[in-house]
Amino acid sequence: MAKQHKILLLDDDEQMLELYQELLRQLPSQPEVHVSNSGARAIALLESEPFTLLITDLRMPKMDGLQVLAIVRRKYPHLRIIVLTAVLDEEYRSRAYAEGVDLFWQKPGSTEEFQQFKDCIESLLDREVRGEGGFRGMQSKGLVDLIQLECLSQSSSVLHITQGGVSGKIWVQNGAVIDAATAAFKGEEAFKEILSWKAGNFEILPAEPERPRAIHHSYQGLLLDSAQALDEWRGQHGAEAPTPDQEGTPPASNSVLAPLARFEGVEFLLTMPVDEQAACESWGLENAAQIAAWARATHQRLLQLGDRIGAAPLAQVSGFGLQRHWALAWDGQKGLLCAGFQRALPKEKVDPTMKHIFAKWLS
Amino acid sequence: MAFLNKKKSGPQRLPNGAFTVDAQGRVVSSTVPQAVPPAVVRDIGQQVVAIFEEARRVQLPFSEMIAQYAAFKITARAMRGGAIIFLSPKAPQLAPPT
Repeated sequence: MAKQHKILLLDDDEQMLELYQELLRQLPSQPEVHVSNSGARAIALLESEPFTLLITDLRMPKMDGLQVLAIVRRKYPHLRIIVLTAVLDEEYRSRAYAEGVDLFWQKPGSTEEFQQFKDCIESLLDREVRGEGGFRGMQSKGLVDLIQLECLSQSSSVLHITQGGVSGKIWVQNGAVIDAATAAFKGEEAFKEILSWKAGNFEILPAEPERPRAIHHSYQGLLLDSAQALDEWRGQHGAEAPTPDQEGTPPASNSVLAPLARFEGVEFLLTMPVDEQAACESWGLENAAQIAAWARATHQRLLQLGDRIGAAPLAQVSGFGLQRHWALAWDGQKGLLCAGFQRALPKEKVDPTMKHIFAKWLS
Repeated sequence: MAFLNKKKSGPQRLPNGAFTVDAQGRVVSSTVPQAVPPAVVRDIGQQVVAIFEEARRVQLPFSEMIAQYAAFKITARAMRGGAIIFLSPKAPQLAPPT
């Protein structure tokens, strides 16, 4: 059965909402169209169920479209976003594209424009059905294509790639990949990690010629190695296993946390929903219930302590032991994430790795 | 007395400092300025010791813990029969110029 797409339409004008809702329902793919007349409600809807596409106006009272975009792009990196506005302002357009929107569309004014708009939406939804990811930047390209393009043209640049709350950089100098970095990795490992991201945003920054070379393989070799590493990973986790970033598709493993466990040094993972009565998810843990009780209690203790000493919100807690390390992070909507790390993982890598895992978990 | 009560009413912004606690969370020695109410220091020590102890009970022993708050960091290291705890405020984040 074909997946029914869900579109969220955000505009403060109720009449426009009704008009576009009707219009979009007539699309051949017959999407489910939800509407919201405020940014806050739109975000609440996005939190409650997965949407394929957000179509948003820009000028709205209280929370305007750009504010919504900033929040939504970070929390839902896979969500397709179209700005539909009557504002014909180049600054708005560039700011919207900088936030990673897929399209910036002027509100149609004629039958032809309405038809073009509908065709465009249908094409975008069709692209989702075919599972084409693509990095949103100045143009929609695959990351491998982009790297090949930069290298073949003997360019010197820095590719800045973001995916949800995480980001990475690839340094290209005279057509050679000389270095890469993410929060958790450097050099070839970082390059492989970035290549494993299926979708996100990119921007091309000015070259940094003074950057020391840390990668000495050819870009072709690197791309091959990365593809091989991904294939191996998929082989270990089932042929149909998606990349960790593929949203909405359950991994082949029994645990939904398995994709997060591929990060370097992860020994176990445990998620605890905000609702303490709801079931916890765990990966690699035998005594999940005990650890969950301890993690909740520890988090609670430190929260209360933070309030008492006026230290503002608790961001992250890490522990280092002879047998293993661990870290805790909290999100108001999703709950508590506890990760255990092998003791071989250097202490300084625990925090950035946890941040990565947490960002992926949230996204 | 009114002055003391007033001080206790709001959250305390803590300065830099370190102190040691015994296995029961009692403060043994401290470089935390005296302006900080002893009850706050004692509370931190007791919570930290409890976290260490409870972790041991669930087979998750560790020797060092770092709690990162937005404006503060608590680093605790387990010692034989207690812990040493370091308090370090973080630089306040300045609002961007308008």
